[in-house]
Amino acid sequence: MAIQSPSLDLTAGAGTGVRLTPVAITRGYWQSVARRLRRDPVTLVCGVVLLLVVASALAAPWLGLSDPYKTSMIRRLYPIGSPNFLLGTDELGRDMFSRLIYGGRLSLFMGVTPVVLALLIGGFLGITAGFLGGRVNMLIMRIMDVFYAFPSVLLAISLSGAMGAGAENTLLALTLVFIPPICRVSESVTTQVRGFDFVEAARASGAGTLTIVRVHVLGNVLGPILVYATSLISVAIILAAGLSFLGLGVKPPEPEWGLMLNTLRQAIYVNPVLAALPGVMIFITSICFNLMSDGLRAAMDVKA
Amino acid sequence: MSNLLEVRDLHVTFRTPDRIVHAVNGVSFDVKRGETLGILGESGSGKSVTLRSILKLHPTHRTRWSGSIRLEGDEVLDMTGSVLADLRGNRVAMIFQEPATAFDPVFTVGHQIAETIKRHTGKSETDAWARAKDLLEMVRIPSPAQRLKAYPHEMSGGMRQRAMIALALSCNPSLLLADEPTTALDATVQIQVLLLIRELQRELALGVIFVTHDIGVAVEVSDRIGVMYAGKLVELGGVEQMVDAPRHPYTRGLLASTVHGGMRGRRLEAIPGAPPDLAEVPAACSFAPRCKYVEPKCLAAPPPLTAATEGHLVRCVGRIDTLAA
Amino acid sequence: MDSVLSVDRGGPAQPLLLAKNLRKHFPIPGGLLGRATRVVRAVDDLTLSVAKGETLGVVGESGCGKSTVARLLMRLIKPDRGTMILDGDPVDEPHGITVNELRRHVQMVFQDSYASLNPRLTIVETLAFAPKAHGLPHAEARGRSRDLLAKVGLEPDTFADRYPHELSGGQRQRVNIARALALRPRLVILDEAVSALDKSVEAQVLNMLVDLKDEFGLTYVFISHDLNVVQYLSDRVLVMYLGKIVEIGDVEAIYGKPQHPYTRALLSARPTMDPRRRTQEAPIQGDPPNPIDPPSGCRFRTRCPFAESVCAGTEPVLADTGKQSVACLMYVPGSGHSKAA
Repeated sequence: MAIQSPSLDLTAGAGTGVRLTPVAITRGYWQSVARRLRRDPVTLVCGVVLLLVVASALAAPWLGLSDPYKTSMIRRLYPIGSPNFLLGTDELGRDMFSRLIYGGRLSLFMGVTPVVLALLIGGFLGITAGFLGGRVNMLIMRIMDVFYAFPSVLLAISLSGAMGAGAENTLLALTLVFIPPICRVSESVTTQVRGFDFVEAARASGAGTLTIVRVHVLGNVLGPILVYATSLISVAIILAAGLSFLGLGVKPPEPEWGLMLNTLRQAIYVNPVLAALPGVMIFITSICFNLMSDGLRAAMDVKA
Repeated sequence: MSNLLEVRDLHVTFRTPDRIVHAVNGVSFDVKRGETLGILGESGSGKSVTLRSILKLHPTHRTRWSGSIRLEGDEVLDMTGSVLADLRGNRVAMIFQEPATAFDPVFTVGHQIAETIKRHTGKSETDAWARAKDLLEMVRIPSPAQRLKAYPHEMSGGMRQRAMIALALSCNPSLLLADEPTTALDATVQIQVLLLIRELQRELALGVIFVTHDIGVAVEVSDRIGVMYAGKLVELGGVEQMVDAPRHPYTRGLLASTVHGGMRGRRLEAIPGAPPDLAEVPAACSFAPRCKYVEPKCLAAPPPLTAATEGHLVRCVGRIDTLAA
Repeated sequence: MDSVLSVDRGGPAQPLLLAKNLRKHFPIPGGLLGRATRVVRAVDDLTLSVAKGETLGVVGESGCGKSTVARLLMRLIKPDRGTMILDGDPVDEPHGITVNELRRHVQMVFQDSYASLNPRLTIVETLAFAPKAHGLPHAEARGRSRDLLAKVGLEPDTFADRYPHELSGGQRQRVNIARALALRPRLVILDEAVSALDKSVEAQVLNMLVDLKDEFGLTYVFISHDLNVVQYLSDRVLVMYLGKIVEIGDVEAIYGKPQHPYTRALLSARPTMDPRRRTQEAPIQGDPPNPIDPPSGCRFRTRCPFAESVCAGTEPVLADTGKQSVACLMYVPGSGHSKAA
């Protein structure tokens, strides 16, 4: 009797010897995440835009752009589309296109670095607090609560103000600002994962704490923590730009989007579109990071 | 007696970005007034989907219904808006496995029942509360006047389940849909709730559809039992016919693999394999791959539901009559 | 990695596991500064022994403490008081064995087949985890895992590299059972291990459990709310109510001649499976009380049809009545209960 059945084995007998067939084809977790991402046009477009911004910023010196520091009193505030100056010139006659590309270097650096640092520190603290629980958790999380008592913008401004202007201090201040939220998210996802039976089963197998964390906890908490951190990058870029705008961050004449926005303030009546360009860059980058983080979260939410 | 509910050739399909599920593939049955129909099936058999379709509870944008569901002659699948709301509130009531889903934790049980009564009948505040108290009495909740003032979390599991039944009955429905209402309850509480549903059904002449995965529970409450497998009814008959002379190999396998007293030391007769994936409409008997009586004709076409004896329908083309039970 | 302990030491007469006077109360955080003001009395004064090669069934309703018993026996939680002895060796005491050694010989299968598997690990990685943690080389651990998969009826070539979400509930529970066996334990605690499965699949897994017990010479503690399944599998049965044992004895005695009113109620609350002889009246009314403030004296007295005033004052202790032990004043001569001799 020829029976063509795609998913079931008819030769099976009852009981233990039954050959059970799987309900789906094998696909690793990250493979299915990638497959979902490929089907999500918004996330894909955001990814491409970010890739362009990051790549152009990194490759700026080799793109044959004009010198972003070179001022000229005679060609100040050229409008967009002027010959040789695709996006015009700023209040000191510097090439806007070149400065926007170069500005990405600092702005992205100022946005990404504190999040990465805060991810390392806050993630470590949060996972530790979540997995160990009890007094350790209480201690770490109460300290974080103290930082939480201040609004992040105020905290960043006061820290930068206290430590003085400059890129290093901005980085430090932003890192401190982002540790508590990352720590809190890490703690909550770790606490959740710790409660799953598979962690209990791992403890029951007599494995050490570090082994359990490495094999069973990290794999399950890193994804959500990374997604959250990605969403923070946009905030970091805006905060860094804001600090520069207030004169607490990067100092002139460095090209940086926030600082450019500040110095172009005077030109707002002369050439408003030009003056808004750095803001447009900040907006595009941060919204792309945000949308991408949303897309990642959706794609990683694989249950069955 | 006329039929309260007539379901004809019901198909339900879900679409998600990832896949399509053919959850129900041609289900037909009737429910009379004052009758309890038990629908028995395992997870993924389509029993809950069938039940919820009677209230069109699935999100319309990704669910496709076809066929017909007629309640007292009115086509449910065509209902929308206020007609559908009237159906859900006044004509058909539903109770769930988890009473927590039916009650809002921030209001007292009495408030919620009284609100429902007021909304649907336009009774005054005082009348609604009086009716709520009567309802709690009807579901045998001790000291009902005090219990009206309790919040859902202040009640035990069995009490909450009774309160949910009271809420469901508050607007005098003619049909009660029960989706595994006793599954989460302890054994000594489960039997109390089953007996309550049975009594209320008799007192109020309700039509009841009771969905469960537990044969014992189905036998305890049902007048007739339908067995579902892979989105189809494979057998439907009176409870005594089903227990004494099950005809479909799946029903027989289910009865044989259900552990009960007196089986100790004997090897259990398990049904090998697992239910099929419902990504496609089955082109043959869905149970054939697990059936020990399978024949070539089982795989040629989906078998029809035919009457084996009076009121006993079976979806099987095999020569099961000649095979030992 | 198989230590000396894996072999039988005390002979067949010595219990494999002996637990004496185990108690576990869970504080309920609340009150000022998170100070616990009330406790859940999950397990109180529990004494039991598990004989080598037997299956001890544990039945009871939600909140009776049966899952806490499982976690206490595995030492996943520390008892407030009480001692445990594994085949003659005291656990977690001077001159005894450590908790880690206990866990190598006592393993557990959880109810939720999905939550008990790490979704990011393939099946073979999950199975190899414990042996690797105990120092088995990678290749050997994987080899052993594949053997185990075959033992639980899952084709290793097909299943080894799959992820949990690609398996059905029954298949996942087979993997969980295989994982419990990976360290070659002597005692396996099955905590509602088949309760979430469909009946047709449950029967497959029950048959497999019987086979594995013979093949590996296992001892089971089988915890379930399903009295029929416990009757099918167990040699002895223990009935719990609100953190206490109310009756314990051979399966024939408990199911044939139950003595404690609660055991009788539990048994007659089962659906009859006979449409002509349906249950007409519920054996007992009401729900099990909250284990936070259990009733004084006999904890079952608030629902017991035979309760008398003496039941509120005196807490019954387990007493031997021949084939079983019962904690009920009706069986204590001179207790003051009118039904007592």
